[in-house]
Amino acid sequence: MSYVIHGKTGDWEVVIGLEIHAQIISKSKLFSGAATDFGSEPNSQVSIVDAAMPGMLPVINEYCIEQAVRTGLGLKARINLHSVFERKNYFYADLPQGYQISQYQHPVVGGGKVILDLPDGTTREIGIERLHMEQDAGKSLHDQDPRRSFIDLNRSGVALMEIVSKPDMRGPEDAGLYLKKLRSILRYLGTCDGNMEQGSLRADVNVSVRKPGEKLRTRTETKNVNSVRFVMQAIEHEAQRQVDAYESGGTVVQETRLYDAGKGETRPMRAKEFAHDYRYFPDPDLLPLELTDAYVEGIRKSLPELPDDKKLRFIGDFGLIPYNASVLVSEKDIADYYEKFVAEVLVRTKLPKERIGTECANVVINDLLGHLNKAGLDIAKSPVTPQMLANLQALKHDNTISGRIAKDVFEIMVETGKDPADIVAEKGLKQITDTGAIEAAVDKAIAANPTQAAQYKAGNEKVAGWFVGQVMKATQGKANPGLVNELLKKKLKD
Amino acid sequence: MALDRATVKKIALLARIKVPESELDSLAGELSSILTWVEQLNKIDTGNVQPMAGGGHLALPKRADAVTDGGAPEKVLANAPERVETYYAVPKVVE
Amino acid sequence: MTLTDLTLAEARDGLTKGSFSAVELAKAHLAAIEAARGLNAFITPTAELAIARAKAADERLAKKTARPMEGIPVAVKDLFCTEGVLTTAGSHILDGFKPTYESTVTRKLIEAGTVMVGKTNLDEFAMGSSNITSHYGPVKNPWAPPGDKDLVPGGSSGGSAAAVAARLCLGATGTDTGGSIRQPAAFCGIVGLKPTYGRCSRWGIVAFASSLDQAGPMTRTVGDSAIMLNAMAGHDPKDSTSAPVPVPDFEAAVERGVKGLRVGIPREYTMDGMPAEIADLWRQGAAWLKEAGATTVEVSLPHTSYALPTYYIIAPAEASSNLARYDGVRYGLRVPGETLDEMYENTRGEGFGKEVRRRVLIGTYVLSAGYYDAYYLKAQRVRTLIARDFSQAFEKIDALLTPTAPNAAFAIGEKMDDPVAMYLNDVFTVPVNLAGLPGISVPAGLSARGLPLGLQVIGRAFDEETVFATARVIEKAAKFDTRPPCLKK
Ligand SMILES: [Mg+2]
Ligand SMILES: [Zn+2]
Repeated sequence: MSYVIHGKTGDWEVVIGLEIHAQIISKSKLFSGAATDFGSEPNSQVSIVDAAMPGMLPVINEYCIEQAVRTGLGLKARINLHSVFERKNYFYADLPQGYQISQYQHPVVGGGKVILDLPDGTTREIGIERLHMEQDAGKSLHDQDPRRSFIDLNRSGVALMEIVSKPDMRGPEDAGLYLKKLRSILRYLGTCDGNMEQGSLRADVNVSVRKPGEKLRTRTETKNVNSVRFVMQAIEHEAQRQVDAYESGGTVVQETRLYDAGKGETRPMRAKEFAHDYRYFPDPDLLPLELTDAYVEGIRKSLPELPDDKKLRFIGDFGLIPYNASVLVSEKDIADYYEKFVAEVLVRTKLPKERIGTECANVVINDLLGHLNKAGLDIAKSPVTPQMLANLQALKHDNTISGRIAKDVFEIMVETGKDPADIVAEKGLKQITDTGAIEAAVDKAIAANPTQAAQYKAGNEKVAGWFVGQVMKATQGKANPGLVNELLKKKLKD
Repeated sequence: MALDRATVKKIALLARIKVPESELDSLAGELSSILTWVEQLNKIDTGNVQPMAGGGHLALPKRADAVTDGGAPEKVLANAPERVETYYAVPKVVE
Repeated sequence: MTLTDLTLAEARDGLTKGSFSAVELAKAHLAAIEAARGLNAFITPTAELAIARAKAADERLAKKTARPMEGIPVAVKDLFCTEGVLTTAGSHILDGFKPTYESTVTRKLIEAGTVMVGKTNLDEFAMGSSNITSHYGPVKNPWAPPGDKDLVPGGSSGGSAAAVAARLCLGATGTDTGGSIRQPAAFCGIVGLKPTYGRCSRWGIVAFASSLDQAGPMTRTVGDSAIMLNAMAGHDPKDSTSAPVPVPDFEAAVERGVKGLRVGIPREYTMDGMPAEIADLWRQGAAWLKEAGATTVEVSLPHTSYALPTYYIIAPAEASSNLARYDGVRYGLRVPGETLDEMYENTRGEGFGKEVRRRVLIGTYVLSAGYYDAYYLKAQRVRTLIARDFSQAFEKIDALLTPTAPNAAFAIGEKMDDPVAMYLNDVFTVPVNLAGLPGISVPAGLSARGLPLGLQVIGRAFDEETVFATARVIEKAAKFDTRPPCLKK
């Protein structure tokens, strides 16, 4: 997959790196005992530490450290046993201390990787530069009053992981896939809920363009983009803007920009009259964070199976094609649903799992996810349980209903939440496997359509299919299609 | 290192401290003399000496993940120079 | 009997025996505070609070449920946040700030039964060695000869030192970042201890330089210092740099003596231009210790002369960051401005005094891009060497003896124009902070002008017991019972 901007002066390549701020799932803040819940009353989740009252001191939350290490392991990254909290100094109304406690020279997690699953079934690796822990700032509301901004410190001090990618992405698609994959990993790990609307996951997008083969040109950073779609749009617009700038004889300045979702464009943040100089230095209120191998290994042992491993297992165990496998593992709930579904079908049909794996994958991906998407539901809210869906499969496999009828029954299941056996019984959808009854229907169809019967005899074998349709119609689709075929061929030849 | 007016102005901006123009020169002089004085450290070879960050000799203590604080907006807003409901208020910021 | 002339230990005994009540004791000290307003030792006297706490103390004394310092009037340096009581740090920028919380050290003192009589004056944000940088005006040293110029009490805990010396309280808290307890103690003829870094919690103390700041007691005797440290010290889970080590019975260590102790005399502390009377006193101190059974050993602390410049990089750097929170948003002074940045600049421009401004700017500079390695990192490396000097010395010795300051109290207004000359006041105390060690100043004699001079005893980390025992020997030998001239006999 290669994304190219065709400019007047030739083709341009886009180089993208993402800095993701992911809110760590924890009950309390990184350095204080205040709660982290979203959407609470302004300044109701603020301790005197978060408000940076004089004399207040930070004490680190051990669970946040564990979460960061867990995430690092999930990203196949190096865990640094020695890391250091530093102060990043700058003034802003929602930064009470006048500095953010972050990690700079010695982050807790070093290089790792995220594997993208491309639509063609191939994969691509995006490097992770580092992951560090830091405090979130508060929230400023600028639109409540004509001459004042309002400050809510509920978020102030909430634990974040800043996950910095290498500039390995080459187009909006890459960035979208990366973001979704990273979010999936974080959710599997239980370290971040990945909710972009609520700001638990925010992306800073670094974009530059270059002619193929060139070294990197100047990049811009578009801050705090809060959906996958906006990230992709921001890249598209920003890359085009840069190409236009170069091609019209202009230049690109290294700057911080904002994405305006309404206008679908990026624009520079209000020109800063102060150059940034963060004056990082080790926070003297905290000591270096020293971890042990045993601690890290303990966390490694507790890691869940992650999407990449699950995908390989699904391919091996269930004979899935890579694309289907990656769709199923994209969310842990979907993968769990699929596995439960397969297990239930196995119990009911006694068939080997390689035989039903793909069939079940198709049901989940095409039927179930298709329906849930339309209905805007999560799989957790699915009206159809894996057991019910397995019941439906079993009815198909023991020839109680045909595949065709199964589709109808599925539709009724998702509408009503009823069990398929009940639906089949209620609606009288049981497949007709009585040879006599089918024979009668076949005879009737041949007798009613002498012209088509003659065509068949004359060698037009396609007409057989048409006759199957007629018989199925006459039996409201309940006739066993195999028997119908068999009998038709026999009788048409007579 | 002798600091000039411009540098003093720059660090005053970084530190968000308004320095009257009339005081820039004398301040530059004071700061320069302090810097010149501390530069005697350059006489020491510290090539392979590790920096000493803190005064403690300990391991970083950690606390359990429990909600033990917050829930009292009045406690943190009590001293606010300007507030609206339970927000702090500041001059409007344009992003 | 004058209640204000008692030592802390004597007052404790008198209260226990019922010789007088806590309310009487409090009233005597509150009256003394009123009478000594001219010293400007207090920013906020807390008479009402003191009477209320004294009454509660009397009830406990009556019920025999008295705590270790029940009913003892103490003063608190106005750098400790005290719940509901104005806390200024000596700065305009904290105008009107009443904390909704109590610092750990003052909470412990309350829990020990003490009666706070007021918040004492200090150099603004504890930055100074003379108490002239306070927004609330300079403190006067009670030792100033009558009719002579006003003298500084030293700083930054000058208000506490003056209050203890002038018998306005039985003990006071101080904080010491580069000598701010020991130097004013020396200037005012009292005992001032800077404990080991991590011994007392920093939680709730307005931060100056986090890696150096340490709270400690200021009292009239070594024994009182030990009693008060026992109440102040202890591990605090709210301070990540607080040491999880047990607190010994310091009072029990005071009379241990120095028999068999090896006391180091650091060669490098003999400085050019040091007044002969200070050098003499230092020798005298060593002689007293030998007489009491110690051996003295000359030792070398080769990086001593680099301690001050190291300190004047590290402390301002940390301060520039610690003081960023004073921004006019959540508490204290706000000077309006059109924009947020203008509001910051106006507030901080007006709110900080000249010395604080100077240090914040130096600190900002040494941390800024391009200068960090040359200044800040360099200073951190030299700090390692300074700490190493001490640890090597302590392989051979049990304590160090030095003068506390290179001079006695000077006149208010002196040394004002040259910041570096002022900084030299702390030349003997600063290395101790850089190494995180305990150090005490004990009054040991008077200068030719009749001003107090102190000797400093430095110990191993968390070995305040040896420090107390050594200081007590000097105290006994020096028989320092002279009263400041401002007190009528
Ligand atoms: Mg960033
Ligand atoms: Zn960040």
